Amino acid sequence: MKFAILVFPGSNCDLDAYYLVKDVLKHEAYYVRYDQQDLDRCDALILPGGFSYGDYLRSGAIARFSPVMEAVQEFAEQGGLVFGICNGFQVLTEAGLLPGALYRNQSLQFRCRQVFLRVENGDTPYTGSAARGDVLKIPVAHGDGCYYAPPDVLKQMEENRQILLRYCDAKGEITEEANPNGSSDNIAGVCNKRGNVAGMMPHPERAGEAVLGSEDGLVIFESICHYMEQF
Amino acid sequence: MNDTIWRSLGLTDDEYALIKKQMGREPNNVELNMYSVMWSEHCSYKHSRSMLKIFPTSGPRIIQGPGENAGVVDIGKGWAAVFKIESHNHPSAVEPYQGAATGVGGILRDIFTMGAQPVAFLNSLRFGPLDNDRTRYLFDGVVAGIGGYGNCVGIPTVGGEIYFEQCYRGNPLVNAMCVGIMPVDKLTLGRADVPGNLVILVGALTGRDGIHGVTFASEELSAASEERRPAVQVGDPFLGKLLLEATLEAIEKKAVVGVQDLGGAGLTCALTETASRSGTGMDIDLDRVPLREEGMEAFEILTSESQERMLLIVEPGRKEDVEKIFKRWELELAVLGQVTDDGLVTVYHGGKKVVSIPAGSVAGGSPEYVEECASNINTSVSQELNNTVPVIENYGDALLEMLSHPDIASREWVWQRYDYQVRTSTVQGPGGDAAVIRIRQTGQALAMTVDGNGRYCRLDPSAGGKMAVMEATRNLSCVGAEPVGITDCLNFGNPEKEEIYSQFRAVVEGMAEACRIMETPVVGGNVSFYNEVAGKAIYPTPVVGAVGLLDNYEQQGTADFKGPGDWICLLGSTEVSLGGSQLQKSCGGELGGLLPPVDLEMEKRLQFLVRSLVRSRFAASAHDLAEGGLAVALAESCLANDIGAELEIFGKPDIISVLFGEGPSRVLISVNKENMEKVKDDAEKADVPLTILGRTGGNVLLIHSGDDIILKLKIESLRSAYEEVFSCLMK
Repeated sequence: MKFAILVFPGSNCDLDAYYLVKDVLKHEAYYVRYDQQDLDRCDALILPGGFSYGDYLRSGAIARFSPVMEAVQEFAEQGGLVFGICNGFQVLTEAGLLPGALYRNQSLQFRCRQVFLRVENGDTPYTGSAARGDVLKIPVAHGDGCYYAPPDVLKQMEENRQILLRYCDAKGEITEEANPNGSSDNIAGVCNKRGNVAGMMPHPERAGEAVLGSEDGLVIFESICHYMEQF
Repeated sequence: MNDTIWRSLGLTDDEYALIKKQMGREPNNVELNMYSVMWSEHCSYKHSRSMLKIFPTSGPRIIQGPGENAGVVDIGKGWAAVFKIESHNHPSAVEPYQGAATGVGGILRDIFTMGAQPVAFLNSLRFGPLDNDRTRYLFDGVVAGIGGYGNCVGIPTVGGEIYFEQCYRGNPLVNAMCVGIMPVDKLTLGRADVPGNLVILVGALTGRDGIHGVTFASEELSAASEERRPAVQVGDPFLGKLLLEATLEAIEKKAVVGVQDLGGAGLTCALTETASRSGTGMDIDLDRVPLREEGMEAFEILTSESQERMLLIVEPGRKEDVEKIFKRWELELAVLGQVTDDGLVTVYHGGKKVVSIPAGSVAGGSPEYVEECASNINTSVSQELNNTVPVIENYGDALLEMLSHPDIASREWVWQRYDYQVRTSTVQGPGGDAAVIRIRQTGQALAMTVDGNGRYCRLDPSAGGKMAVMEATRNLSCVGAEPVGITDCLNFGNPEKEEIYSQFRAVVEGMAEACRIMETPVVGGNVSFYNEVAGKAIYPTPVVGAVGLLDNYEQQGTADFKGPGDWICLLGSTEVSLGGSQLQKSCGGELGGLLPPVDLEMEKRLQFLVRSLVRSRFAASAHDLAEGGLAVALAESCLANDIGAELEIFGKPDIISVLFGEGPSRVLISVNKENMEKVKDDAEKADVPLTILGRTGGNVLLIHSGDDIILKLKIESLRSAYEEVFSCLMK
């Protein structure tokens, strides 16, 4: 399995995704710079977290114009797996590859802490190794993570089963207190209609080793690997 | 020259005379500006240099001590730890967000300038009580600024300390520390070696921000300080991150021979310091400096403190390689001139020679002030009082009151605004005795902490200085790490006052003695004087940043109780005092009383023992006893895993002192019953007193003395006192 990890100026979780793929999952990982024209035949593409272009103007708003994004569009159209984490999720919504937008956290403050996520759809390339209703402990670290989509879009997404993860409490209950940023319907992660492009605000790459506090993030990457092996 | 000119630039008549003597002529206006920033207290350490010499600065592990951008300590396996702490107090007092953010950016550059990959930030903060809007604004702004910069550059902020005290109300303290790691052979110094080498400026455009920032940092705050807002620099963490990547790449490829960051005193400092260290000179063309605005005068370009800039010294043959690297990161690069052999920094502007000054004189020729008069002043006001703390009716209520005090309460509101996890190496984050960062390349780990207690230092500067070093190193030992070096930030009032200077002297003497005995050399740091508002100084506040080494990160220990049925023991001294204690403060009492005795040899034995017990897992938990004494430490160890405790104490000298008394050389450990005999043996062999207090278990913290129940509190009540304190105060 070959994972390409996109690096924009200001990405800062590229290293974490790289080490998780290489050291923990024991798969191949390599970086693709924002100014490259192609993705070098990867099996899956990760857009990592960070502050691309300083998140100046709006999170992800400048990165979407990077030269590499054409190749990303093309790869996504061909059905390639494109996975955005945190800032990567923001870039994908800005690029129109995922529905919705990410606003400033309702608290107006950056939030870094462990949260619980309930798997809402266990039949996607990103969640296939989990079951609907599973609860995952994975941290968030963001200032702009409040997911928003207009009601009609949300309804469609619901119908298409595009909502992957919701913030919940330790028991899996969807509560207001469990929502770290004010996201609509506690949404933490979504995919496109086809299911091959996904994004989430929490950081599964930070939950890949017990010594870091949780291994629950591995299920996301294992799902990606299983999916790729099948096809 | 008109004598108001040098005075208005902060130089004395004697200093001006000395400049004339060292130059052999009168300086022109541009030269005088350069001298004035470099001879400011902030850059020249003229009031502290002579005292700082008494710190032990060498040892078998020390690769680079004070004098460079940061200290470097050998940690074995071909790797080194690089660290430094610095203050950004005055900028933060007038513009909290940018003041704190640029403090973080500045200390970050100090670390990667040496060739090290930064791996963690810490910070030490002091504010006035949170009972007014201004202080809440400062506190919130500083926290946001630290997070704003650190989160964006992708280096985790993993630890720190915050205290609230009236004396910091108008003059908050913002001390930022950064820790980096590097292979020893990547060490790069701020030197301008070999005439003919190119002098290159990279990074941000130079603007009018921060002009004379160092002069502002070297005077007392007053009502007019608000007008100094333009002296505060503005940070750009995105640019800082690109600069970090590009500089490390240039060092990795061995394309540079010297690197220096531009911080206080801007270009003036970088040019003269690099040349001075190498005994060389420089020819510089200011017209080549990329400017943010038109019409900047020579002195403005030379003293601007625009952030995110670096100076590189490059062999002519490597120029293209360097250009390629910085272009790839889309960064500005300008060749300003070259290194010369005449020892003079010569600067041209608009085709004319505007400066020709001896580098060594500007960078190292400032006078050294020793306030002789202060030598025999007794600085200690520590004394026995018969009413150190009021009578406590209900010990449980007193504990709850302390847990909900902003000095003690959970800092989660603060640290969840910092990304403490990025780089996925934080194996112990904020909230413990020390943070622990694993080193992926070697399997080792670095433990790190910052500690200081201005109250102790106000009562007895010498003892307080010792206790700061003792506490910082003890925190490292509690997570199992061996202290390898310290960096310090010495925050004081106006050193020209006898009282302040003698406090400074006593603190440094105390710290130096503790460092010698604890075998932790000082590898660098920062002195911040003039922390005064309207003539009233802050408490003497030395802050110690300490770094320790664990051979294997899996050996780290934590402070929380691990399960029911473990023995709870106190290791170390039983001598405590309520003088200067947190109890005294939370009862609203005046600072006063007698400090506990200090025994550095005992401290050393205790720390050695604690490290070995933690690493071997004979101690299931270890927690330093600090502010709030035994009762607060117990509550903290109970809270993390919801495990209660039942203890028996003997009321000697009295119950209040046993519960809330403070003193150094004390660690609370929990021990699985199978290991108890071994721990007793080890303590006896180490000549460290061990007192068995009780057992873990249940869901209450229960303390009795004989048949009397002293304190009985549910863990839930401890939690509701301890948590959400800041979110309520900051609403």
